[in-house]
Amino acid sequence: MTAQLVIFLILAAIAVAGAVSVILQREPIHSAISLIAVMIALAGLFLLLESEFIAAVQIIVYAGAIMVLFVFVIMLLNAGAEERTNMSRMARYVGVPLAVFLLIELAYQVGAATSSMTAQPAADGATRGISMLLFQDFVFPFELTSILILIAILGALVLAQRSEGAPAQRAQQ
Amino acid sequence: MPISYYLALSAVLFGLGVIGFVFKRNIITIFMSIELMLNAVNLAFIAFARALGQLQGQVFVFFVIVVAAAEAAVGLAIVIVIARNRQSLNVERINLLKL
Repeated sequence: MTAQLVIFLILAAIAVAGAVSVILQREPIHSAISLIAVMIALAGLFLLLESEFIAAVQIIVYAGAIMVLFVFVIMLLNAGAEERTNMSRMARYVGVPLAVFLLIELAYQVGAATSSMTAQPAADGATRGISMLLFQDFVFPFELTSILILIAILGALVLAQRSEGAPAQRAQQ
Repeated sequence: MPISYYLALSAVLFGLGVIGFVFKRNIITIFMSIELMLNAVNLAFIAFARALGQLQGQVFVFFVIVVAAAEAAVGLAIVIVIARNRQSLNVERINLLKL
């Protein structure tokens, strides 16, 4: 039981528990907090895999910006608990066992197919290597993503604004 | 530390994301299951990058995170518009193309 294996098991347990909690909770805000726990556990796993840059980006961008956006939208829409409708008989007696079987089968097949792979160290350090790749080989997708972010900002602005008649009506009231 | 452990964990997280996507009824929870699937794929990319000694996997994870951010922004804007028009976040009620 090396220290790496122990840390991996702890982080994997947190990730799986958080993921199960995301799909089992009834309030969406609890699902959001569980998903943040999953992302932090995954950042720890990225650190175990010696990718410090991606671990930091995961915490800052994914857990710190995207999930905060989710929480804002949940609070803005006042999303409450899901209604208690019982699952259909097909979903409960066929769907749930098939879902569990999907999990077990995926994990087993993926684990068995790659069981012969071992870790090899990369040539550069993680951050230096990624920056070399990003600004030399992948500079075109890198610049494209900046345009993509601009389009996303414009799209979100256009979608979320109210129609033009509404602000005038609100001003008259 | 064999890489197949990380890949099996990634497969389990992806499967849980699929289960959440299929079984849940709240549209925001469905969206969060999509983000869970994206995170599982990120873990698989980083594990393979470590296994093959290359860094292209980590560069691709960088792009996946950026695209996920843009997708979350636009997707949540759509969710807000839908919630404003239908007054419900239940996907079973969002079943008409035109009100």
